[in-house]
Amino acid sequence: MTQLFEYAPAPESRSIVDIRPSYGLFIDGEFTDGTGPALKTVNPATEEVLSEVAVGTEEDVDRAVRAARRAFVKTWGPMRPADRGKYLFRIARLLQERAREFAVLETLDNGKPIRESRDVDVPLAAAHFFYHAGWADKLEHAGLGPAPRPLGVAGQVIPWNFPLLMLAWKIAPALATGNTVVLKPAETTPLTALLFAEVCQQADLPPGVVNIVTGAGETGRAVISHPDVDKVAFTGSTEVGRSIARTVAGTEKRLTLELGGKAANIVFDDAPIDQAVEGIVRGIFFNQGHVCCAGSRLLVQESVHDDVLAALQRRIGTLRVGDPMDKNTDLGAINSAEQLARIRELAAYGETEGATCWQPEGELPDRGFWFKPTVFTDVSPAHRIARDEVFGPVLSVMTFRTPDEAVAKANNTTYGLSAGIWSEKGSRILQVTDQLRAGVVWANTFNEFDPTSPFGGYKQSGYGREGGRQGLAAYLQGEHQ
Amino acid sequence: MTHVLDPGALTGGGSLTGPLPDPFADVTRSNDAFRAFLHGLPGVDQVGAQARVTQLGTRSIKSTAKAWAIDTAISMVDLTTLEGADTPGKVRSLAAKARRPDPTDPSCPAVAAVCVYGDLAGVATEALTGTGINVAAVATAFPSGRASREVKLADVRDAVANGADEIDMVIDRGAFLTGRYLDVFEEIVAVKEACGPAHLKVILETGELVTLDAVRRASWLAMLAGGDFIKTSTGKVSPAATLPVCLVMLEAVRDFRAATGRQVGVKPAGGIKTTKDAVKHLVLVNETAGADWLSPDWFRFGASSLLNDLLLQRQKLRTGHYSGPDHVSVD
Amino acid sequence: MSDRLAVRKTYKLYLGGAFPRSESGRTYEVHDAKGHFVANAAWASRKDARDAVVAARGAFAKWSAATAYNRGQVLYRVAEVMEGRAAQFAEEVAAGEGLSTGRARAAVDAAIDRWVWYAGWTDKLAAVLGSTNPVAGPYFGFSVPEPTGVVAVLAPQRSSLLGLVSVLAPVLAAGNTAVLVSSKERPLPAITLGEVLATSDVPGGVANLLTGDAAEIGPWLAEHADVDAIDLAGAPAPLSMELERSAAGTVKRVLRAAPEEPDWTADPGLSRLRPFLETKSVWHPIGV
Repeated sequence: MTQLFEYAPAPESRSIVDIRPSYGLFIDGEFTDGTGPALKTVNPATEEVLSEVAVGTEEDVDRAVRAARRAFVKTWGPMRPADRGKYLFRIARLLQERAREFAVLETLDNGKPIRESRDVDVPLAAAHFFYHAGWADKLEHAGLGPAPRPLGVAGQVIPWNFPLLMLAWKIAPALATGNTVVLKPAETTPLTALLFAEVCQQADLPPGVVNIVTGAGETGRAVISHPDVDKVAFTGSTEVGRSIARTVAGTEKRLTLELGGKAANIVFDDAPIDQAVEGIVRGIFFNQGHVCCAGSRLLVQESVHDDVLAALQRRIGTLRVGDPMDKNTDLGAINSAEQLARIRELAAYGETEGATCWQPEGELPDRGFWFKPTVFTDVSPAHRIARDEVFGPVLSVMTFRTPDEAVAKANNTTYGLSAGIWSEKGSRILQVTDQLRAGVVWANTFNEFDPTSPFGGYKQSGYGREGGRQGLAAYLQGEHQ
Repeated sequence: MTHVLDPGALTGGGSLTGPLPDPFADVTRSNDAFRAFLHGLPGVDQVGAQARVTQLGTRSIKSTAKAWAIDTAISMVDLTTLEGADTPGKVRSLAAKARRPDPTDPSCPAVAAVCVYGDLAGVATEALTGTGINVAAVATAFPSGRASREVKLADVRDAVANGADEIDMVIDRGAFLTGRYLDVFEEIVAVKEACGPAHLKVILETGELVTLDAVRRASWLAMLAGGDFIKTSTGKVSPAATLPVCLVMLEAVRDFRAATGRQVGVKPAGGIKTTKDAVKHLVLVNETAGADWLSPDWFRFGASSLLNDLLLQRQKLRTGHYSGPDHVSVD
Repeated sequence: MSDRLAVRKTYKLYLGGAFPRSESGRTYEVHDAKGHFVANAAWASRKDARDAVVAARGAFAKWSAATAYNRGQVLYRVAEVMEGRAAQFAEEVAAGEGLSTGRARAAVDAAIDRWVWYAGWTDKLAAVLGSTNPVAGPYFGFSVPEPTGVVAVLAPQRSSLLGLVSVLAPVLAAGNTAVLVSSKERPLPAITLGEVLATSDVPGGVANLLTGDAAEIGPWLAEHADVDAIDLAGAPAPLSMELERSAAGTVKRVLRAAPEEPDWTADPGLSRLRPFLETKSVWHPIGV
């Protein structure tokens, strides 16, 4: 019998979202025309232009900051904390009610599989608002002193890999702590932020509390360097993070950065191998590897290397790459031509430097931006693919013999965002966890997120935390400052 | 520029072209050695296993694939009755259902087997002669397995003598849980011998083993002892078949074939009631063990009410409207 | 009374648990508040700073892995040893800062008490700053504070002992190791403190005290890739911005200086501990 179990395409319907031909900037509670030219946002799976979006100029950003300041002084700041919380609860509920719409729009604009936007991005975004809503009237219990105060206007710049979720990570804590916000979404993924602006309107959030200014790098620079911004929060590349820290230097602005990573995923010989293989796949192929905490360096104990690799290759062979709107798709499109070029460049380095490249068989779609799940073996710690963040579905495999060697190799990076450990031995997990210089350590799991769990980096992966009680400190002034 | 490191990795492991040396010949030399081997199998993280089946449960099966899945599932059913109140009449009516599950539609496939107690195997054999549908009989003091080995073996021989093509035995869970692995192993070997030409399905009763680590060990134990199938449950203990248990058993047969070249079947039994459940299992088979297991020779559902739901869904696909319980037979 | 000729002290650096001269061979004159010559101090160079970073990095693994109880006892021991040399500190503070004997002694007492305060913090930080995280899934999640690593500290220029202890003690209490540049004009308490640290169970390399000019050494520390954080307490305004900018190149944690040197007698709370602590969040499945 040659009949295989072919899943017929199961596309999610895009009719649920109504994408407008063009979008303005969301300032002071209204969509207003930008003063600059527009940019086109495309569906990376098809290269179809989805919409035209305004590019915020310095003048637009100034308008947004002034609106945020007014809201901070007149409405949001003086508001009863419990009422601020209620607005956030409302937003959380609206995100849940419109979850499908957000998921479809996110997948169209970003290229990530609908299964992930539906099951991860959107529910987690709602959860972040729900979690932080509850904090709004309990801040004096957060351990930041008896009467912590908001900072004022927060300028926030977010990346394209989790557009709505990163928005939630930024806006929810800022608002819960009484700040107002000017947020710039990523150039290639502005649409869910603009839909979120509609949610703010639906929730009757007072004008100016949330302002969304779309655009590219220049717009972001205007946000972070605006003199009336009290707080800068950025998630993105380490390179841009450095330049932001330079810009903010010498000012009164408070800064938190969530930057790149090159996480080690360490598989010991006593690991639950089948789950470890799932964790490796989830670690590097979740969201096409466009994840700052992706487990991009697989460190396997030599005694199980061959078994793990064989199982991993078999498993990767079952990954379904293609139309992100198909509910059965595991790997969607690379977010942009630019990112695809970077992935290709680094992968080419891998081969030039002598690593062995493996990709499963199968065809990629003709249009759009695609890169196959890729595994490099024979990788040396000195190779660029072992050191540079690829931000794509590219795994570099290295080996170790002892726990000390595993830790040394895992920590041998300028980054320190996350790490994974796979072992059935509790004491080993705790010791290795203790020794890893990383802000999140997943033991026998990977890429789990929760609003109650503080997230952020060591070393050049940034500073400050998002989520949990610890995350509130980034938006409050108290005795800790 | 790219190449495949290990072509075998993609097709699910071991070569089937020739006899492989048995790499495990030595592991049953003593209970200690066997224990060391079984406890040396990689552990199973329960949360990870659950997460994997949950993710696979979101696979969307539509139209042509669904029709194929339903027919495949029907052809994999071991249509079962295992009640104290079973009678020849009941078994004959079940056999009739097995042959033509949907009397209104001749294109509907027959089921794989009818599963009964050993004393009724003769009735089933008579009713199914010439149909290609197997008779499966539970034996070895089913469901508890609490009887002497002699009684269990007599039970098996009786069922085989009554015409059973397949024997569904239960392992001695008491012995397994106290670590007397070799006793369990030897009993399976003895039963297998008693089966003669009949195929042996080994029921692990995973609901009593509780942990997935134990399920993995019991699966390997049963395969090493010569079981042709490993089966989750008797249906008399809750929980019966669950997706994580089935996942672990599918991983075991996959790895066992890669290591020994011998393919063993899997039969989840009990608790699978809906087409949706069945399809989830088929997805699990496809993505875990691979397409080689997607046939009644290698995968079965031990079920009774499942068949009617499969038939209702089949009618819905065929006619385009929802069917009702009066449009399938009550057995 | 006695006509004994005094033995004068040579002030050196405290680096890696030893008291070397500056590798540059440089010294500079230190004067008291009235402008009288007091001593020649070692004038630390960028290479001394580099060596100090190596020493601090080398000491980090053990110091950060020591039990909180042990670190607390070591820091308490510093207070004990300081107490025994209170008079000497008071003399140096009085001369350097131009304080009366009584006020100098009060500053010394406050400095000793600050060690005691931070000694008591070491085994409380995890409870106060950590958490168990009730994540929505079958996982046990917890977050713990961990030391940032090697911290460069530019000590306050005015408060030569209380300010110094106020910036150094929290860095060590949190489990970091330190490379500290003393007040340029008032360096003597820093070196005497080095002698205290050397005799009070603080492992060599955990605290490295350099006398010299923050404006000269600061930029090297701010740019040093193996320094994880920098406390700008002793950097004057235009310099502090420049240092913060340099620190951005390696994403260092920066504790900015207040516009004016603060009143060091005030309760510091956690304000100097938090900046040098990271939060590590750990996940593990809960299953059988």
